[in-house]
Amino acid sequence: MAKVVVVTSGKGGVGKTTSTAAIGAALAQTGAKVVVVDFDVGLRNLDLVMGAERRVVFDLINVIQGDAKLHQALIRDKRLENLSILPASQTRDKDALTSDGVAKVIADLREKFDWVLCDSPAGIERGPAMAMHHADIAIVVTNPEVSSVRDSDRIIGLLDSKTERAQRGERVEKHLLLTRYDPVRAARGDMLKVEDVLDILSIPLLGIIPESQEVLKASNVGIPVTLNNPDTAPARAYQDAVRRLLGEKIDIVIPQERRSFVDRLFGRRVA
Amino acid sequence: MSIFQFFRRKPTASVARERLQILLAHERSTFGKSDLIARLQEEILAVIRRHLDIDPDKVQIKLDRGNHVSTLEIDVEVPLTPAERVA
Repeated sequence: MAKVVVVTSGKGGVGKTTSTAAIGAALAQTGAKVVVVDFDVGLRNLDLVMGAERRVVFDLINVIQGDAKLHQALIRDKRLENLSILPASQTRDKDALTSDGVAKVIADLREKFDWVLCDSPAGIERGPAMAMHHADIAIVVTNPEVSSVRDSDRIIGLLDSKTERAQRGERVEKHLLLTRYDPVRAARGDMLKVEDVLDILSIPLLGIIPESQEVLKASNVGIPVTLNNPDTAPARAYQDAVRRLLGEKIDIVIPQERRSFVDRLFGRRVA
Repeated sequence: MSIFQFFRRKPTASVARERLQILLAHERSTFGKSDLIARLQEEILAVIRRHLDIDPDKVQIKLDRGNHVSTLEIDVEVPLTPAERVA
């Protein structure tokens, strides 16, 4: 049975696209058939973060409007053959995302894949509503920062009231992914701690992704961080999150960057 | 910064936590409330319509939450019957 996952947050710039790419790639590495779908019509970026920007011919809107078949719009990842990307349109208006059209595409993707990861745009309007509507599972990406936590709370409210599952009286399985976490600043009392965010949002924790330069390095070269440098702290954190998503029980630890002797000597911070 | 200020300093993270808890308690009740009002409006309208022909826009519902008493205000404008109109 295919699972539809929405990666959402309300606030922009917290790491939805990075996380979609990293989790999608890590899921595909387990052998599952995975598709990542960009719902950010007009501001697509998932293709760029995944390094597929020059291979986009057709997009989600073309498929919805019947201008292309689904298989024509799907781009197969160059590194993992069981990972595909369905890009968003860069030119069309987000009003082209019709409820019936999205429902049909999601139903077709459920037939072809084990995991359908929907990368939501920021906000709470039509785009995010469409991205979350068919979700079985939601990954709420949150930074340990007041505006991000507030917006995540709003999104959790919408997941509980506006999704297809909520309207059927069922629940969307919700998980918190805390990104850009800096354990040093949290310990100093300058950043919300993991427990603070969990207390406030009260949804289970899927993982903690530490603030790291590896995330930017990976997007620079268009490779999900879990593939680009699998042994780095954020990559290991995403791999753990994926194992939890698959139902494994693993203790939550905050992966730390391994510091070189020179860094330690000069007390350089990693992030 | 004097040494006293240094020790009195409250970590900014705990300020953030308190502000969020207060704000979200308020916002959750507001958004929850608007859903309740919409549902009430719909159901009250349906009941009244079984007996009277009323304009859906002429029904106003307001919920006020006070510390001690909460009030639900329902304002329905009932149209004149043909006999009343003649008179």
